Amino acid sequence: MEDFKKAKEAWEKKFAQCKQRDFKFNTISGEPLKPLYTPDDVKDFDYMRDLGFPGEYPFTRGVYTNMYRGKLWTMRQFAGFGTPEDTNKRYKFLLKHGQTGLSVAFDFPTLYGRDSDDPFSHGEVGKCGVAVDTLRDMEIIFDGIPLDKISTSMTINPPTAMLLAMYIVVGEKQGVPQEILRGTVQNDMLKEFEAQKTWIYPPGPSLKLVIDVVEYCTKHVPKWNTISISGYHIREAGSTAVQELAFTLANGFTYVEEAMKRGLDVDDFAPRYSFFFNAHLDFFEEIAKYRAARRIWAKVMREKYGAKNPRSWLMRFHTQTAGCSLTAQQPENNIVRTAFEALAAVLGGTQSLHTNSMDETYALPTEKAVRIALRTQQIIAYEIGVANVIDPLGGSYYIEALTNKMEEKAYEYFKKIEELGGVIPAIEKGFIQQEIARSAYEYQKAIERKEKILVGVNEFIEEGEVPEIEILKIPPEVEKHQIERLKQIRKERNNAKVKEKLRDLREAARNGENLMPRIIECVREYATLGEMCNTLKEEYGEYKEMPMF
Amino acid sequence: MEKKTRILIAKVGLDGHDRGAKVVAAALRDAGMEVIYTGLHQTAEQVVEAAIQEDVDVLGISILSGAHMTIFPKVLKLLKEKGADHIILCGGGVIPRDDMEKLEKMGVKKLFGPGTPTTEIVEWIKKVVKERGEK
Repeated sequence: MEDFKKAKEAWEKKFAQCKQRDFKFNTISGEPLKPLYTPDDVKDFDYMRDLGFPGEYPFTRGVYTNMYRGKLWTMRQFAGFGTPEDTNKRYKFLLKHGQTGLSVAFDFPTLYGRDSDDPFSHGEVGKCGVAVDTLRDMEIIFDGIPLDKISTSMTINPPTAMLLAMYIVVGEKQGVPQEILRGTVQNDMLKEFEAQKTWIYPPGPSLKLVIDVVEYCTKHVPKWNTISISGYHIREAGSTAVQELAFTLANGFTYVEEAMKRGLDVDDFAPRYSFFFNAHLDFFEEIAKYRAARRIWAKVMREKYGAKNPRSWLMRFHTQTAGCSLTAQQPENNIVRTAFEALAAVLGGTQSLHTNSMDETYALPTEKAVRIALRTQQIIAYEIGVANVIDPLGGSYYIEALTNKMEEKAYEYFKKIEELGGVIPAIEKGFIQQEIARSAYEYQKAIERKEKILVGVNEFIEEGEVPEIEILKIPPEVEKHQIERLKQIRKERNNAKVKEKLRDLREAARNGENLMPRIIECVREYATLGEMCNTLKEEYGEYKEMPMF
Repeated sequence: MEKKTRILIAKVGLDGHDRGAKVVAAALRDAGMEVIYTGLHQTAEQVVEAAIQEDVDVLGISILSGAHMTIFPKVLKLLKEKGADHIILCGGGVIPRDDMEKLEKMGVKKLFGPGTPTTEIVEWIKKVVKERGEK
């Protein structure tokens, strides 16, 4: 030990005399870093307490005993655009190329619970995802895709209950009972108010609907992941890694508390909560973030909420590489950025992964760009050997010190949020939104001061560059086509029945019932998404944000 | 004293991506301009009305949803109808190059793509507001 101390001091002296680059050695989130980490940085390290074994509390090293030795992560590319027919075709293409799960992107009108012929939808139909107005669209999207053989992730928030109801009824029609359906809905309204900003109703009723889905699935769709508690959008909105970690977990705890208030046993619903994180550019910081997240969740679930089922303690998560890290300049470089980000997610023990395509700062990705993104994952999985050993960076002085640091900083935020009265008051006061906006601005300023280098953006610029990128364009006919189909359905369906079911829905909302069964009945009659959401608007009102910057 | 440049930063339509709009708003404020931010989910009509009410020099619209070919022409038309086409219309977001060219031909003064430094936006606004004043 004496030897170590002496040698360290000697090295530090030598290092101080060495030349150092004129650069801020911080993580991308602005955390200052030492030049070297040693046993001194993990002094109180206790292997069993801090790490444990894979698949064992506190799951720092991974949630499964065998991790990628047993099964590689699910390669799940998010897709959906244009008409339901286009999306169906893309899914069949992805399944044929070895993808193992589907992930649905909806267009903006669908995300906001509006029909394609709503005046607000004009120009947005089928642009950022697929348009869904009624059950008919969902039937087309999953035509020829057996719902008992795949798992489907639906990125949907305010109208989660309606889209899930449609999926359940599609299953019914294929002869697949809801009990065996597998998949995920995002259903995370808190991060919508904080970061992604897709909302219909105020926070209170929004949270009620989230928990309706949790309760219904806990009882009837037991294999469904009911909330994908998402840090991804918090990070994309400009937060730091620590903020992503802290706000996501604080949201997660809120969903636990709300479901418990509903009278559900924590061990009945918590195993079906999953997480969704960003994989940004700072390689080690990201790996530390995933490890810290697992450890915090396990501890709080066991110690604070009294969960007894180990499956309630373990944090399963999906990862997507950072869209906000892609550059419009020299877009081919994005393939490399995405590969490094994906590698961090894998070394951090993700359960599934989406890799972005190089052209996404321009438009939705082309087929070729999507294929390269998927191949990137396959190269990581099969060629470079990183999936052979579980948590291969565990025990690194730097990784362990950084993991501890992130955990500590997350707790500081939990305390602040608690002082504000919890997540909802923190949102209502604009605290979380302001924290994120401040970080986004700091990041931009750091780039402009060249404290952070972005290749092709503020350094190594190609003057007069005209990127040769093929752009996927959504033809305007998509909107027309979608509206025609919607009109057709409104004509063909039993409108008296639709009216009756919508009236029942309103009644159930007034009585504070769980709305899922009523929504399923509306869906069966081909009630439109807009009709269902507007019915509830009458009861709950609409949310308006306070503009701040 | 010189009159401060007034600018309205707006988000139109259902698009919730407000990171860029807020960063640009903060940068313009720090550059000494008077900045008003509409918040999300505005209609073209609301934005044009606000720009007139607030008597702004510049209207900047951020769009990352792909709806730019619908929204910008609509705003241009409304500005003209209300006799407010002295307001300089610019914007930014995820907009393919050929769409940018088309929109600039229609009368959008300038569109900024991803990765544009805020300093470039600040300089550009100073320049065009000055040029307009000289006319």
